[in-house]
Amino acid sequence: MVATLTRVFGVHNLALAEDVVQDAFCRALEVWKFRGLPENPSAWLMATAKNRALDVLRRERTARTFAPELGQLLDSEWTVVPVVEELFGANAIKDDQLRVMFSCCHPRLPEEAQVALVLHILCGFSMSEIASAFVSSDAAIEKRISRAKKVLAGSKRLFDVAGADDFSGRLPAVHRALYLLFNEGYHGASPESAVRTDLCREAMRLVELLLEHPLAATPVTHALAALMCLHAARLPSRVDASGNLISLFDQDRSRWDAQLVAQGQKFLELSAAGAELTEYHIEAAIAWIHAVAQRTEETDWGQIVSLYDRLMTIRPSPIVALNRAIAIAQQAGAERGLEEIRAIVNSDRLAEYPFYFAALGDMELRSGRLENAREHFRQALALARNPMERRFLEDRVAACEVHRTMI
Amino acid sequence: MSQFVYLYRGADRGRSPEKMQEMMQKWMTWMKQLTDQGHIKDPGQPLEHTGKLVKGKQKTVTDGPFAETKDIVGGYTLIEARDLDQAVELSKGCPIFEVEGAVEVRPVMKMNM
Repeated sequence: MVATLTRVFGVHNLALAEDVVQDAFCRALEVWKFRGLPENPSAWLMATAKNRALDVLRRERTARTFAPELGQLLDSEWTVVPVVEELFGANAIKDDQLRVMFSCCHPRLPEEAQVALVLHILCGFSMSEIASAFVSSDAAIEKRISRAKKVLAGSKRLFDVAGADDFSGRLPAVHRALYLLFNEGYHGASPESAVRTDLCREAMRLVELLLEHPLAATPVTHALAALMCLHAARLPSRVDASGNLISLFDQDRSRWDAQLVAQGQKFLELSAAGAELTEYHIEAAIAWIHAVAQRTEETDWGQIVSLYDRLMTIRPSPIVALNRAIAIAQQAGAERGLEEIRAIVNSDRLAEYPFYFAALGDMELRSGRLENAREHFRQALALARNPMERRFLEDRVAACEVHRTMI
Repeated sequence: MSQFVYLYRGADRGRSPEKMQEMMQKWMTWMKQLTDQGHIKDPGQPLEHTGKLVKGKQKTVTDGPFAETKDIVGGYTLIEARDLDQAVELSKGCPIFEVEGAVEVRPVMKMNM
């Protein structure tokens, strides 16, 4: 809704758009208290926002300039109603969301600000929800968003998705923002839960919007969509009934979403159309190999290792190196895995990452060095970021102790 | 059964959207409960917090608000209850008390004919 209103008012009037939405929302709640929910609350809100937008346009059109690209259409009483009606139509709303998505991924904004802005404007997350998703303070997020909005307001007009020259220039930033958004939901450090399905779902919804747009539906976008589907397919089994995190090796694979796997596979095929090979392609391929293995033992670890090798050449990072080491441990044994972990460059950047120590612990455990394993799991436990991770790691520590008493 | 009007006083505005949504849920639950028990004659309407005041022989017109925020009537409901005591009892379930609002319970005047 903010996206559509931003289209109506112009991006420099983003605050006004948000006020109108807020106002429509408050009025709706006030009326629904007494009259109960209407059959279609979101349509009702849209209609209210549309009427408020018309009010604002009429009242303030002499004092402010609104969307310059709509020009005088908003100035005349003859055209203002049909134009606003059209902008609130279903297709126009989708276009607006794309426009805002591209506007949020402004090259002058740092990546985390882009993601925060997308979450705030397009997904309607409150400052405190975003703060908790990024383990940051409300004040810090508020600052980040208001600074980002200023940059956006300075750009005067919304990004034109219909044929802008820098469309393909900005698409990678949009991909990156959606990738980070999805990852935050999937591996996020949220204090209350390890998996934020709502973040994953929003990322998938926005990727779908990209796929519907002829210029945005590139092989890379398909790779990103494949990656999300194949990971999301595993969501139902990542957490058990009592809210415990389950490692990939122990998941009940029959609970993986076959439909999402199939869809992911289709996207993966479509992603192969271009010459470009991105990190999304490789990560999607890795996820696909996991998804088609009926059991952990049937996983093609050799292929996964070689995919990680390529990923290291495209986008090297200590996390990728760690995952590569874990795959090598599966393929060639725990001792080899440990060697690889020790060889990670910049491993100090993993010093706060609980699963770095958990991986060390796993490999030591498999090599039969229980004392070392327990020590690593304890280190991991001290870094756990939410109750789920804590329980998961407590179990590992306990497992080491059980092993010891058995010996 | 007699009829009563609940006048809701005190502005429930300027809160976070999450809080407002939570309040709306509570109001709807309360309203539904009263409806199910057959106490609602008319759920009523919320009122704008603005308006005009026309007063005196001169019919002077002034802008609202006419009272302090905490006294502004924000809405009304028409209730059916056995007697004033029951109407008062029923009003105690209103979520408005959580936000320091008040419910004024007023019997509708009857002519016994």
